[in-house]
Amino acid sequence: MSAKTADKVATFFIIFFAGIIVLIMAGLLGFILVRGLGHISFDFLTSAPETIKAGGGIGPQLFNSLFLLVLTMIITIPLGLGAGIYMSEYAKPGKVTDFIRLIVEVLSSFPSIVVGLFGLLVFVNVFGFGFSLFSGALALTVFNLPLMVRITEQGMASVPQAQKEASLALGLSKWKTIKSIMLPTALPIILTGTILAAGRVFGEAAALLFTAGMSSPRLDFTDWNPLSPMSPLNPFRPAETLAVHIWKINSEGLAPDAPEIAAGASAVLIITVLLFNLLARWIGRQLQKKFTATK
Amino acid sequence: MAQSREKHKIKQHIIEEWTGKIFTSLCIVLLVVTIFSLVYFVATKGISSFFKDGISLGEILGTQWKPDGEPPLYGALPFIVGSFSTSILAALISAPLSICAALFMVEIMPKIGRKYLQPTIELLAGIPSVVYGFVGLSVIVPLYRDIFPGQGLGIAAGASVLSIMILPTMTSIATDALAALPSGLKEGSYALGATRWQTIYRLVIPTTLPALMTGVVLGMARAFGEALAVQMVIGNAPHIPHSLFESASTLTSAITLSMGNTVMGSTQNNVLWTLALILMLMTFVFVFIVRLLERRANR
Repeated sequence: MSAKTADKVATFFIIFFAGIIVLIMAGLLGFILVRGLGHISFDFLTSAPETIKAGGGIGPQLFNSLFLLVLTMIITIPLGLGAGIYMSEYAKPGKVTDFIRLIVEVLSSFPSIVVGLFGLLVFVNVFGFGFSLFSGALALTVFNLPLMVRITEQGMASVPQAQKEASLALGLSKWKTIKSIMLPTALPIILTGTILAAGRVFGEAAALLFTAGMSSPRLDFTDWNPLSPMSPLNPFRPAETLAVHIWKINSEGLAPDAPEIAAGASAVLIITVLLFNLLARWIGRQLQKKFTATK
Repeated sequence: MAQSREKHKIKQHIIEEWTGKIFTSLCIVLLVVTIFSLVYFVATKGISSFFKDGISLGEILGTQWKPDGEPPLYGALPFIVGSFSTSILAALISAPLSICAALFMVEIMPKIGRKYLQPTIELLAGIPSVVYGFVGLSVIVPLYRDIFPGQGLGIAAGASVLSIMILPTMTSIATDALAALPSGLKEGSYALGATRWQTIYRLVIPTTLPALMTGVVLGMARAFGEALAVQMVIGNAPHIPHSLFESASTLTSAITLSMGNTVMGSTQNNVLWTLALILMLMTFVFVFIVRLLERRANR
């Protein structure tokens, strides 16, 4: 085979395999949406699940997922920002900083189920939070912190050195420079990354099995007192999220329409994650426009 | 009077500086403490089966998992074999696909690649793992059931689901590696009359190999630690299967299934923590390999 034929054949195969990936992706999305969209209705999104009868919904699970997302981000964002700012601005290059970088990398590669087990041991048992939204949020924080630190570091690194030096030369303190000059400039990158991280929280299940629990008590959506056990806003109640629900009905679901519910719930999950992706891109672009001269 | 005001101003400025420094330091200390306590708690719980329950390492590496048997047997080798075979198989399926996708995006049709393939792969990265498991259960398992003997559940189904799941990780790292290659190298090769394919396999692949391998190892690490998607399609029979289409188990699936049903502190529960410890140790190994490869790539 001449070199030219070999080149053509190889090019064909590379394009062929790339095509396969697009086909897999399209098939995957198409399958979930076609199977699931038909099952989504207002009733499905708001009613409570049924254990043995058909016609159950995913209302409490959807609410739990969103509430857990908010709780997690409230804890993760300040911690991640602080640690990321420390790593990019205050840490002096040396053995200690290298070591911190190494262990953050290790934490980011821990399987989510191991993080979940740590949550079971420490948050659920030692701290005594029990199977609760709060334990789940803490476990997800552990799981997401390395990502948040990396995003913040990237954002801070994107700030032009001259801008930072100008601020310091004007006599602003380092913290003031970070807070008022660097953070706003880094905001598009940090915000985009945070929204993508939020999408990850929304779909995570393995870390929640043993922390937020696999059951949801009957919720009373008229009771908004965060301290009452029936209230949806109580962070110390067990809560099954949407992703955990999909797993549970697939492995031990007794309802006759379990496959349809799983399909519908998967479609809801996918659509939400897609929305997060689009939102991240859109906000990133808008902020970029606002802060820079690009059109 | 004026002087005291000046003093007051400086004080505020310093207080502000210290607040920032203390806040960020506290965050990083908390992060480090969390990581250490994670390793400490999982490790102490994981070795308690050896010290408290007197199980030897040989027993853990046995082939029989019969926690309810008489005497109970805690051989975790089936899980270890299951974990390794699914993740290695997934990496073998996914590596060529992802490298082709990266080549397509960087070398062959950068415009089309960036416009269609890149967003596709980013979307793929955002899909939650339970959804992969659900699709695997409703598409791949029935397909294998029709074509091959058996129930369709097993290592092959697990590896197929995982291979799609780790595609985005591998592809994005491979794309970065290929794009970072100095264009002078490639231009030199073209100027010598080499075709594109000759340039790719004589020059691009060998030079970027360590970075490409980093992607493969990271993908494998992700496959190794994935729990629910695998648990849904692998069948969960605690023995070493004779074929790829026979029900099997992984470390993660065993933990997922049994951790909730066993009593904290019982022997079986402690052995499950030992499995978690193995998972954690494997994470260290994967990070170590990645570091070695990165050092090679940067040389």
